[in-house]
Amino acid sequence: MGLLSKKDTALILDPLADNNPITIQVLGICSALAITAELKASIVMSISVLFVLGVGNVVISLMRNIIPSKIRIIVQLIVVATLVIIVDLVLKAFAYELSKTLSVFVGLIITNCIIMGRFEAFALGNGPWRSFLDGIGNSLGYAAILIIVGFFRELLGSGTLLGIPVLGDPIEKTGLYAIGYENNGFMLLSPMALIVVGIIIWVQRSRNKALIEEA
Amino acid sequence: MEHVELFFKSVFIDNMVFATFLGMCSYLAVSKKVSTAVGLGAAVIFVLAVTVPLNWLLDQYILKEGALVWLGEEFASYDLSFLSFIMFIATIATMVQLVEIIVEKFSPALYNSLGIFLPLIAVNCAILGGSLFMQSREIPSLGLSLTYGIGSGIGWFLAILAIAAIREKIRYSAVPPALRGLGITFIITGLMAIGFMSFGGMLTGGDEKKEEAPKVEAQLEKEKATETEKEIVAVNTNTDQ
Repeated sequence: MGLLSKKDTALILDPLADNNPITIQVLGICSALAITAELKASIVMSISVLFVLGVGNVVISLMRNIIPSKIRIIVQLIVVATLVIIVDLVLKAFAYELSKTLSVFVGLIITNCIIMGRFEAFALGNGPWRSFLDGIGNSLGYAAILIIVGFFRELLGSGTLLGIPVLGDPIEKTGLYAIGYENNGFMLLSPMALIVVGIIIWVQRSRNKALIEEA
Repeated sequence: MEHVELFFKSVFIDNMVFATFLGMCSYLAVSKKVSTAVGLGAAVIFVLAVTVPLNWLLDQYILKEGALVWLGEEFASYDLSFLSFIMFIATIATMVQLVEIIVEKFSPALYNSLGIFLPLIAVNCAILGGSLFMQSREIPSLGLSLTYGIGSGIGWFLAILAIAAIREKIRYSAVPPALRGLGITFIITGLMAIGFMSFGGMLTGGDEKKEEAPKVEAQLEKEKATETEKEIVAVNTNTDQ
């Protein structure tokens, strides 16, 4: 770890578990829930957020001394909006079908609280390199939850992963379906995303008692 | 009728929180007490009612393909819709700032109750989501976009009010320690969303009935009429005899 000091490694690793943006900081929930019915969509969304947050954090951190604090929200929004437009155009050009599934949620990365939250909490007070690491760490934490939720919803809901059937063929009755297994279509409906995230929080907090909220 | 339909659709069927998960962050963060939830909810209704029609105008006269035709024929082929994110968010941020200043000037009481929440709203995904859905669903007129804005706002208001009331009561229940706070809120919201899914059939179901019901009634009336006619005829023939 010549490039990363101990503190820098912590910046990346903390948000993955004990300071996870979704389950602990409660940031960026909207998009996490709406697009996780398929694993592929969750992965693309994670990569988009990784790009926007990583680059955005550096830009804001470079400008932190020249932004007047009264209009900083608008400045931040403009920076994010520009980055999101880039992501949106790239998606439309190279993955048109997927950009249709994600619909308005690519645009909603702008108001994804993770991004504003990290700008406010970190990039405005730290140098570009550390801000970059913080951005990467937090978006990886976000990606971890999205991918877990997407994995379970797609596996239990349609019996596929990334569109490839893994549990056998439901019509031909092969694999698991031969012994009477059925897909749980309910997992594909949006309310189940909330419940899956609730269960992830439950598991995480049972393993780490320090995170339990006081009643 | 169009307005009523869109209104109920945006309040119940396409509820911001339960159907599209917009504005979840502030929904989870500010729903610990009913009084603060009401404040934020009211502010969301207000800002949505202002920004959605405003962004509708922007979309219609500046951003859409061919929208610039009012400037002259040579602008007819311009398509600026790739700028819509930045335009919408700029409008929202400015409007929120403006609303804050106006409310502070004219109604200090309302300002004190909304005060902290107004700046928060600029980054509430429900607001930008309202404008983006307005654009992608191609709402046809300014009036309808106003209805859509108010309807979505009220839907969000209802959702945050309901969860705040439940969270106030849940303090007296024995929730498993690891689920306390955030975890149980997620699961309750999930259950509420399942409940709200039952509104899904409200409009389509209504339409089917509407088509059927008048027919049935009309048929019944016809039958009745023919019956009474027959009776009258019968009576007449009877008397004749």
